[in-house]
Amino acid sequence: MDLDSPVVKRLQNVKSIILVLSGKGGVGKSSVATQLALSATTSTNAKVGLLDVDLTGPSLPRMLGLDGHSVHMGLHGQGWVPVHADRAGKLSVMSIAFLLKSKNDAVVWRGPKKSAMIRQFLADVKWDCDTLIIDTPPGTSDEHIALTEHLAPLADRIHAVIVTTPQAVALSDVQKEITFARTVGIPILGLIENMSGYACPHCADCTNVFSTGGGESLAKREHILFLGKVPIDPLLVKLLDDIKILQMKKEEQAKQGGITLSVQDQEAISTTLIERYQSIPTYKVFESIARRILEAVH
Amino acid sequence: MSTTITETATINNPKPDQPDNAPEHCPGTESTDAGKASACEGCPNQTTCQTAPKGPDPDLPIIRSRMAAIQHKIMILSGKGGVGKSTFTSQLSWAMSADDTKEVGIMDVDICGPSIPTVMGLVGETVHHSASGWSPVYVQENLGVMSIGFLLPDEKNAVIWRGPKKNGLIKQFLKDVDWGENMDYLLVDTPPGTSDEHLSCVNYLKESGIDGAVLITTPQEVALQDVRKEIDFCRKTGIPILGLVENMSGFVCPNCKGESEIFAASTGGAQALADEQGLELLGKVPLDPRIGQSSDYGLNFLEEYPDSPATTAYLDIIDKITQKVE
Repeated sequence: MDLDSPVVKRLQNVKSIILVLSGKGGVGKSSVATQLALSATTSTNAKVGLLDVDLTGPSLPRMLGLDGHSVHMGLHGQGWVPVHADRAGKLSVMSIAFLLKSKNDAVVWRGPKKSAMIRQFLADVKWDCDTLIIDTPPGTSDEHIALTEHLAPLADRIHAVIVTTPQAVALSDVQKEITFARTVGIPILGLIENMSGYACPHCADCTNVFSTGGGESLAKREHILFLGKVPIDPLLVKLLDDIKILQMKKEEQAKQGGITLSVQDQEAISTTLIERYQSIPTYKVFESIARRILEAVH
Repeated sequence: MSTTITETATINNPKPDQPDNAPEHCPGTESTDAGKASACEGCPNQTTCQTAPKGPDPDLPIIRSRMAAIQHKIMILSGKGGVGKSTFTSQLSWAMSADDTKEVGIMDVDICGPSIPTVMGLVGETVHHSASGWSPVYVQENLGVMSIGFLLPDEKNAVIWRGPKKNGLIKQFLKDVDWGENMDYLLVDTPPGTSDEHLSCVNYLKESGIDGAVLITTPQEVALQDVRKEIDFCRKTGIPILGLVENMSGFVCPNCKGESEIFAASTGGAQALADEQGLELLGKVPLDPRIGQSSDYGLNFLEEYPDSPATTAYLDIIDKITQKVE
């Protein structure tokens, strides 16, 4: 184990590292990572770093409304300066999306190149944070192996949060991710059951679109702490998508000047993502989950 | 924190077989000119390229002759995970094999998260070896399935493999699986992303011809963004795109029949993406909770719920796909 590696040096002041894992894609890893980061910055004084190691499908910049931002090189070999998601500079974000010339570009890379990029993300980014949250792609392959190898010397600070949806198809993949975490010796902090039920906006009747309870019983079976169920919230999907629409409208207005924004839009632009996030139902559900996670790692 | 900002950092995003530090006119490490072209002078990788084994992969002719027996090869792709690739693959296979005269096969190349055994109701099945190769697991006489799920001793097992090992298995799937004489359709279900599994499939299958790719998405922008990357991948690697399918498109409450959008198409959904990219939108499949249930139990949704609007949408899309490849 290399205690002097550039990764270890770079992350020496980071007090805790949280990996957001799931064997399955599309269960909400990135949205959980985003919400966890937002909750951590609002409820604690901690500085939070958010690293996206999903190299072929990075979603974090989109969700935080940071599309089109780019990363800069600091002077004197300080490394890449991450993008700040808020004015106070409490939340810094790094993703491959900031390095691409066009957002439509596919990153068609095999394993070794992905592994090298991840090493750079850990060793070359000027991380100035107390908690580093890492969003991962689905699976148990190159990205995950690279992360565990580079972070091995910091093993006492790493925890994993597992995200699943309730249906059997997802659970079998998530089971594999649990096996992975155990094989490489990353302690699992708990499991979140996402997309658990959907309340119809017309009659408020709750439908279990992707069934329910599967995550809870998996947690029980595997003796993992069950952190809670998060229902599908169309408002969250909308909130995260709206940022792009607002940006598009704003740009258009700046360009042509002829478009008048509705009062709602104007309000939305003037409030920050964090403020708007606090106004949707999921925030309350997720806040208690985030609190449990953050208490456990601090 | 005081950092003086100097320059914007970007990465080179060259062809898959060009190293990051390659010179401008790099012929690519897989080229016969690798290490010998004039651009290679002074490149730090020159020696490696010169000494690496050259020429075509000796397994390629074997794969070609195996694959030549298969009429049509269709890849199911999506940049994003959890949008319904495996579910769609299963519906497609069931609809195609409903015709007794057709032979259909599914190859699941999602090595780390194989879902096909679950959605096809084949959990716990194993693959048999014979002189003619590995035999796929048969759901019915004319529908065979191959997945790494059949090779694992236990469902809990994680396949913690780097790229090259995954590629090795995909090659074996193509080289050693005995799909039988004259198969009509081979459906390749892929993991999310644009990496090893996708490149390997394309590299190995290109010579014998891929009919095209069906791209699956959900309506929200976060998913569409990843699908744009998959479109770019198809164009970079030269795979024809048969069209887009929008899954989880709208939801009808089973209680009050009121319609709502769970994953709102706030930026216009797949239709807008199809228009923007000059592609065909093959159809939209509404979210029916019974689809997920059927997949969990490995049931044929189309047969179980023939009156669901989702079934109508599926069949219409499948019709378009078969017409396109025939």
